[in-house]
Amino acid sequence: MKKTIHFKLNGEKTSMDVAPNDVLLEALRANLGAKSPKCGCDRGDCGTCTVMINGRAVRSCLILAVEVEGCEILTLEGVSKGRIAALQRSFVKHNSFQCGFCAPGMIMSLTELLNHKPTPTEEEVKEAISGNLCRCTGYTQIVEGVMDPAVSKKR
Amino acid sequence: MPIATEFEYFAPASVRETVGLLSKFKDKARLLAGGTDLIVQLKEDVSKPQALVDIKRIAPLGGIKVQGKFLRLGALATFTELIESTVIKSKYPILWEAARTVASPGVRNRATVAGNICSAVPSLDSAPALLVYEAVVVIEGPKGSRQIPFASFITGPRRTVLAKDELVTAILLPQPGKHCGAYVKLGRYAGEDLAQAGVAVLADAKGAIRAAFCALAPAPLRSAKIEALLSCKKCDAAVMAQACALLERELAPISDIRSSKEYRLHMAGVMLERGLKAACSRLKGEGPDYGKHLI
Ligand code: FES
Ligand code: FES
Repeated sequence: MKKTIHFKLNGEKTSMDVAPNDVLLEALRANLGAKSPKCGCDRGDCGTCTVMINGRAVRSCLILAVEVEGCEILTLEGVSKGRIAALQRSFVKHNSFQCGFCAPGMIMSLTELLNHKPTPTEEEVKEAISGNLCRCTGYTQIVEGVMDPAVSKKR
Repeated sequence: MPIATEFEYFAPASVRETVGLLSKFKDKARLLAGGTDLIVQLKEDVSKPQALVDIKRIAPLGGIKVQGKFLRLGALATFTELIESTVIKSKYPILWEAARTVASPGVRNRATVAGNICSAVPSLDSAPALLVYEAVVVIEGPKGSRQIPFASFITGPRRTVLAKDELVTAILLPQPGKHCGAYVKLGRYAGEDLAQAGVAVLADAKGAIRAAFCALAPAPLRSAKIEALLSCKKCDAAVMAQACALLERELAPISDIRSSKEYRLHMAGVMLERGLKAACSRLKGEGPDYGKHLI
């Protein structure tokens, strides 16, 4: 039986009708057009589906849509609303992505880190993306993208 | 991948209501907290419940706070909450160190410690630390509340003492005396990997040693024999050789996709030694910071 749930998506009040077994990742993509979270592994291993719920980076493939009643959800669309975020610009500058499939998840995980630690160490950056897989870059450029002073200064 | 099983979703506001639902649906109900384990089971049809009972709206199940002689980890306390708790870091550093090895931040933000022990997988990262701290599990059911030592909570791979109409509401940690310790985890890479083997060591100021293991037997275990051998001794090569011989009898690792049983057993000895060294040097105010990879 479908149920209407209410929550905030990227700062805006939203509601949608969901079945108990609808997964948040698919609901965001199919019902609400938030296409930045991607389905990589569908079982919590790769991090491409990362979104933020109440300020915390989480895996939307491991969450049911009904669970987010009353929550605040942030996707990359919300992070870059109106303009490209400093971190995104730095990703472009440092070639931090190639195919780009991992990038939204990377940026969400890193945004959580930067919100808590505006000037992280390289080790903290690696820890923050330890659950985000990238098959293209070899990660070095991603770490460089975050360590760019423009990223920490902007925030 | 959509979830094929159709179930009813409940978000009860109290423990009593939860127990009522569990009593009604019996083994057709599953409890949902962080969901990092359960949702995968649902997707893969390993679990096909009729009812999903989401306990995240039950406020009294949250938080980490002092309760009498214990520190109480509510059933909803996530690994991230543990890592960010100054009490855990200062009073229960082995648990803090273990929490940091669980999966990755995106999973730890959601996964709960209580859910972790209820999953009862042999590679349970929180188990060795909970064993050396002599944690107690608080269980609520139709007949009321009961407490059992964590050491007898897990009965086998993915099996616990929980009845179908019971839930874990908290984990209690007794106040430990002055001590240091270490959790050493062997994984194929940092982040996301399950433990190939895990060893927790606790050394107190008088020289007594506690040691517990995960992924090295069907259930996590603490070994009294190993502890008796190592307590109040200088852990030189001869003692460590005895300890390794004893580990062979005490542990029963399996071979699986992550490693062979021979490798696990060998590494258990290496990890025990490194854990002991780290624990003892930390006691002296030296040694690596908590959280540093020891292997
Ligand atoms: S798709 Fe969610 S973690 Fe891979
Ligand atoms: S850029 Fe292709 S997966 Fe990361």
